[in-house]
This record gives sequence, C-alpha cells and structure tokens, in this order.
Amino acid sequence: MDSRYAARRRRNTIAMGLSIAATFVGLSVLVLVLMALLWHGVGGLSLAVFTEMTPPPGSAGGLLNPLFGSLALTVLAIAIGTPLGVLAGTYLAEYGRYGRLAAVVRFINDILLSAPSIVIGLFIYEVVVAPMGHFSGFAGALALAVIVIPVVLRTTEDMLRMVPDALREAAASIGLPRALMIRRIAYRAARAGMVTGVLLAIARITGETAPLLFTALNNQFWSTNLNAPIASLPVVIFQFALSPYADWQRLAWTGALLITVTVLALSIIARSLVNPGKSQ
Amino acid sequence: MNVAAVPVSVTAPQPAATGVLTEKVAIRKLDFFYGDSRALKNISVPLYENRVTAFIGPSGCGKSTLLRILNRMYDLYPNQRATGEVVFDGADILSPAQDINLLRARIGMVFQKPTPFPMTIYENIAFGVRLYESLSKAELDQRVEHALRRAALWDEVKDKLGASGLSLSGGQQQRLCIARTVAVEPEVILLDEPCSALDPISTAKIEELIDELKNDYTIVIVTHNMQQAARVSDYTAFMYLGELIEFGETSRMFTTPNDRRTQDYITGRFG
Repeated sequence: MDSRYAARRRRNTIAMGLSIAATFVGLSVLVLVLMALLWHGVGGLSLAVFTEMTPPPGSAGGLLNPLFGSLALTVLAIAIGTPLGVLAGTYLAEYGRYGRLAAVVRFINDILLSAPSIVIGLFIYEVVVAPMGHFSGFAGALALAVIVIPVVLRTTEDMLRMVPDALREAAASIGLPRALMIRRIAYRAARAGMVTGVLLAIARITGETAPLLFTALNNQFWSTNLNAPIASLPVVIFQFALSPYADWQRLAWTGALLITVTVLALSIIARSLVNPGKSQ
Repeated sequence: MNVAAVPVSVTAPQPAATGVLTEKVAIRKLDFFYGDSRALKNISVPLYENRVTAFIGPSGCGKSTLLRILNRMYDLYPNQRATGEVVFDGADILSPAQDINLLRARIGMVFQKPTPFPMTIYENIAFGVRLYESLSKAELDQRVEHALRRAALWDEVKDKLGASGLSLSGGQQQRLCIARTVAVEPEVILLDEPCSALDPISTAKIEELIDELKNDYTIVIVTHNMQQAARVSDYTAFMYLGELIEFGETSRMFTTPNDRRTQDYITGRFG
C-alpha cells in the first residue's frame, strides 16, 4: 500500500517535472524571439520609420510606404471578408443549423481555415492577377480576404451557437421575427466574441507574406494606387532581411518588431474581450 | 376518457371569479409529434378567460409540450408538428395561415429560466412594445413604468432603468421577463415553470403576481410543484404519458379527483 503510493508520487513528480520543462522550453522560445526583436528592432525605431520611404541600399529611410500598404490591404481585406464571414456564419448558426448544406459548408470552411496561405496566393494569382495582366493591391487584399472569411465565419458561428436557445425563444415569444431576433438579440449577445473573431483575423493577415508575394508584389516607392503593385510590411521584411545591406536589415528588424507588437496587442485585446473580468 | 366525463359546466363557479366563463382558447383533439414519436395524444381542454389553468403531471408527461403549442414555439425547430385544433378567438392557430409573430404578440410566454435580453432594463421592456406600436417617448416611459409596476419590480429598479437587465437577481430577472411580456399587452400569458429556478421569497412574489394578473389576462401555468398549482390556479389539467387524464376545477381536483392516477400523483405516490 505504502510502496504503491510512493511509486505513484514518484511518477507524479516525474510527469510534473517533464510538463514544467516542456512549458519552459516553449515559453523561452517565445521570450527569445521577443528579446531578439526588441534587441535588434528598438534601435532602429525613430520618427523617420513612420515618415520616410523605403530607401535604396546604403541610404537612410523608413517604412512609410509598406506601413501604408499593409494598412490599406488589411482594411480592404477585412472590409471584404468580414461581411461574407459574418453572413455565412449567421446562416450556419441560425438558419441552416440542422441542414445538409450547412454541414457541407462547415466542412469546406474548415478546410479553407487550414489551407496553406501560399495556395491562396496562387489561387488569386490565377483568377485575378493573370487575367488582369499585372500585380495589384486589389489582388493582395482579395488574397487576404480569402484568409479572413473562414476565420470570421467560424468565430461568428461558434459565438452565435453559444447564445442560449432560451434567449431565441424569449425573443420569439414577444413576437419578434427571426431576422430582427438575430440582429437585435443574438448579435448583441455574441458581439464580444464576434469582434474577437475579426481581431484575430486582422492579427492573422497582418503577418501573412506568402499570399502577397505574387498578388500585391511590392513597391519601393510611395503609391496609394491599389490597382498597382503596393508595398506591404511582411514582404518588405522578407526582401530586406534577405539583403546583404546592414541598413535594410535594420529596417527589417524594426518592421518585424512593429508587426509583432501589433499582433500581440490585437491578441491581448481579443482575449480580454472574450474573458472580461465581469460579464457585461 | 375522463375529460369528457368531467365537463366544466358541472363544477361550481370560482369564488374569486366574477362573471361568466368564456372559452378563450379551445384545444381540440390535439396530437403532437417529435419526429415519429407521438408526445401528445388526443388532448382536448378549454382555457377560460381571466382564469389560471395549471398543467401538472410527472416529468415527460407533455405539459410543457402542450404549452409550447399555444404560441407555436415548436415552429422554431425542425421535425416537430401538431395536428388537431387550437382555437383562439375563433381562429385555429395551427393553421398555416396564422401569422406566428402576431400570434406571439397576443399570447406571451415566460420561461423556466429568466431570459432577460442583453440590454438595459428599460430597453428589455420598450423593445417588444416598439415592435408593434409607435409611441411617443412619454407614452413609452409610461408603458415601461406600468409594466414594471404590474410585475412588482418598479420600486426595485426605478433608479437604475439604464442598468443591464443581466445585473438583476434571478427573481428580479424573472419579474423583468413578466414585465416584458405584460408590456406587449397580450391576451394570454403562458408560464413555463416560472418559479423553478427561484428561491421561496421570489416564488411567493410571482405567485401573488399571477393572482393579480388574472384579472386582465388568461393565464396558463406549467408547474412541477403541486402546492403551487393548488395555490395559484382555478383549473387544473393532469397529464400523464402524453394524455390528459383529468381536467377540472382545482379545488375539486385536489380534494376529490375522479381518476385513480390523479389521486396517486397528487398524494405523491408517483411522479
């Protein structure tokens, strides 16, 4: 009896030790990445980063054009992807919940959710870039939108499904038509979660490089024309980091720091929305 | 079938009741199906205007199912259907021509668990009113106050109408739901075990309220609690395994039931 208990305690100690070690390894990688980013990136932070264009090798400059490009692409991608994702998620959760079509859509969406983003880039290249004959910001935004849709769709459906049926019945019981019930009651009850889905989608596309490589391409000059190639932060980081020039590399570190801080901030906001200290 | 054997006309008028009995809703030969399973079998029962009718019976007997037919709540779900007749003010509510939203505005419902909407106390009530009436701000304020007073909640919330409905206690939330139902000015109020999630003090408040409300509304209550049925209802329908076993005046049902099964249930032998 005593020896069996002692053995069990020993096994517990070993398992616990391994778990803690695994956690430590995982976390230390994250800490190392963040520290490396801060170490190399903070030094390059200056007002010029936000006010000047990407420089030719050997001269000073900033990241204004890729910052603007990333912002424009993200805004456009969210503007295209969010309504589609929300509407489809609403259909799955509220109208088609029990139907066969919903099951099929859900399955396809799950595939899309885990599709490699480079494949999405290739797809947009085939259907947009090739027929148009040139790279463009629109194509980049479309590629990002294709990534946004499944994320928003999934969170919208999940959050609406968490709204209790009792609330739907209560809304119906005062004579509320279903469409109004969804808009005024279900959306309101699921709002925090749905906003979180959009924030997570923004976080996801902010760092995407692959789908932009052959859609938005890049642009070393200031351009606000979305019908032409446009710079974006991830692609500029990719290009600058691979270059042999020290000042380009420094800008790449700074850009990486900016992206990471943005994604981190979005994730923290998203978390705090889902688990607020007090409900409502 | 004892339903036929116990016509309501043979029972004496209720002491509390005034005037004549009017059939507000007549349920006739009603069957209900969840998919292929028949949950209600040939139910016929009248619901009298300005009276409280209680549906009692052991779990799974179909009393909530019956209640949810009266405002066609089952329409929200697939594979559920009712056959027979439910005549409400002369029209069959089971008919496909029936406008469900208008029906539900006339037959309100309060649920087992309090279900305030995720909005302010004021909006919880004003919301339903605005659906069917366009009132001025002053009229709306008045309607909200009136509804909250009817639900005996006004004094507790009058200083925090802008607070979230979810910030109230369970008993207050349930009274808010009653106020919300009353505010739409329905003719019938369905109560689906309205006190089962509440403490005894809140329960007593709601029971008082039911007694109050029957002056203006026809009330149907489903309850697990036989003492509650005895306290609040004028008529009682006892159901068992999807059948209506006995219907009659509450005072008689609880003293001299006609059916052996009713007797066994109310004396606590099963259920």
